[in-house]
Amino acid sequence: MLLWFGDGAHWRGSDGIPTRLGEHLHLSVESVLIGAVIALPIGIVLGHYGRFGNLAISVSNVGRAIPSYGVLVIAFTLFGFGDGPIVLALTALAIPPMVTNSYVALTEVDPDIKEAARGMGYREFAQVLRIELPLAVPLIMAGIRTSAIQVVATATVAALIAGGGLGRYIVDGFAQFDYTKLFAGAVLVALLALATELSLSALERVLVPRGIRLLTARAARRGTAFKTA
Amino acid sequence: MAGHLFLDAEPWVDWAWVSTHVPTVLGYLGQHVELTAISLAGGIVISLPLGVAAYRWTGLRLPALGLFGTFYTIPSLAFFALMVPYTGISELTALIPLTGYNVLILLRNVIVGLDEVPRDVLDAADGMGYRPFARLLRIELPLALPAMLAGLRVATVSTIGIITIASVIALGGLGELIYQGFIESFRTPLVVGMVLCVAFALVADVLLAGVRRLAMPWARSG
Repeated sequence: MLLWFGDGAHWRGSDGIPTRLGEHLHLSVESVLIGAVIALPIGIVLGHYGRFGNLAISVSNVGRAIPSYGVLVIAFTLFGFGDGPIVLALTALAIPPMVTNSYVALTEVDPDIKEAARGMGYREFAQVLRIELPLAVPLIMAGIRTSAIQVVATATVAALIAGGGLGRYIVDGFAQFDYTKLFAGAVLVALLALATELSLSALERVLVPRGIRLLTARAARRGTAFKTA
Repeated sequence: MAGHLFLDAEPWVDWAWVSTHVPTVLGYLGQHVELTAISLAGGIVISLPLGVAAYRWTGLRLPALGLFGTFYTIPSLAFFALMVPYTGISELTALIPLTGYNVLILLRNVIVGLDEVPRDVLDAADGMGYRPFARLLRIELPLALPAMLAGLRVATVSTIGIITIASVIALGGLGELIYQGFIESFRTPLVVGMVLCVAFALVADVLLAGVRRLAMPWARSG
């Protein structure tokens, strides 16, 4: 396997590691961003008003039960090959953990704090933006991290139905009985997933205000367990 | 294999195909159930003692959760592929990663469940003369059961979904039908595989909810 990584040919061209990594990141980042733009406002609004809690929670439960692999293949049968259908499927899979986590994060803001904010004259919007959201950041970030890891994982499977990404090596390696390639691809995908986890944890540490960090040190571990791929 | 159009004529389910493929479909379903059951059993066997140990000796928590947390982060397709050089294309290749994922979910819930047993209850048990092991078995574990069963439900439903991915490297289960639907550009097996997979997850979830009611008659309302 070391020979595989040492071979310069695997670092160049359209099937080279940098290209495949770029494709993988491109698909993943696009899907998570679109997913966040849709999911976070829904979760935040529902959580702020404390309404439709069952809905916000069951989104995750249902999402967990639907095989991500099937979602990808369905997107393919409807819309054919290409990045578009893949991003559509990945976005759909990215949404549930973000909705659930941001909902829970907002409902868990201490009612006393909200009342104090109102007493200090905060309007509703300012209260959400400046009081509730900073308190909710740890759990919201846990949701984004969960989604991102699932998307990176599912993008691997997407190699089966279309083009790029590091999953190519696994799918092609398996098809060609080239187990070195299969294994090397698996190592790359695993490293990418771990790097995603670590970098988003680091981002979370930067985003959480220092005073809140002490209060909610365990929030990250309370994120919804969500794994579909 | 050209891209399809939205409004093409192909029906989603071809019942003639379904009626002639019942044994095949049931075979895949059986395999799926088997992989789910074994990996959950494996998860329980590992996570229960490990969780109790980590509850007692808190120094064990970080390494145990860290190790299985790392496994959990590894995408399943990559994890399956990492096993291939060691276990070939066999059920073990799917079972080891699936069990690892289940251990993390269950381990967390065992620890949280045990942590949440009220101090007063433990004091009362001590006052009644329970030895540590009897207290664990008859007081602490039963009280941690709700959290543990909640974890088991999450693990079960997740596992049923993840197993479909094992078929990308031909390890069997209902994913084989999804794969067939893709390769042959034929929707029926895809739909049958998806529907059975979701139905299996729902049935398993309802059954576990039933177990919860039976195991904890005091929590009927919950």
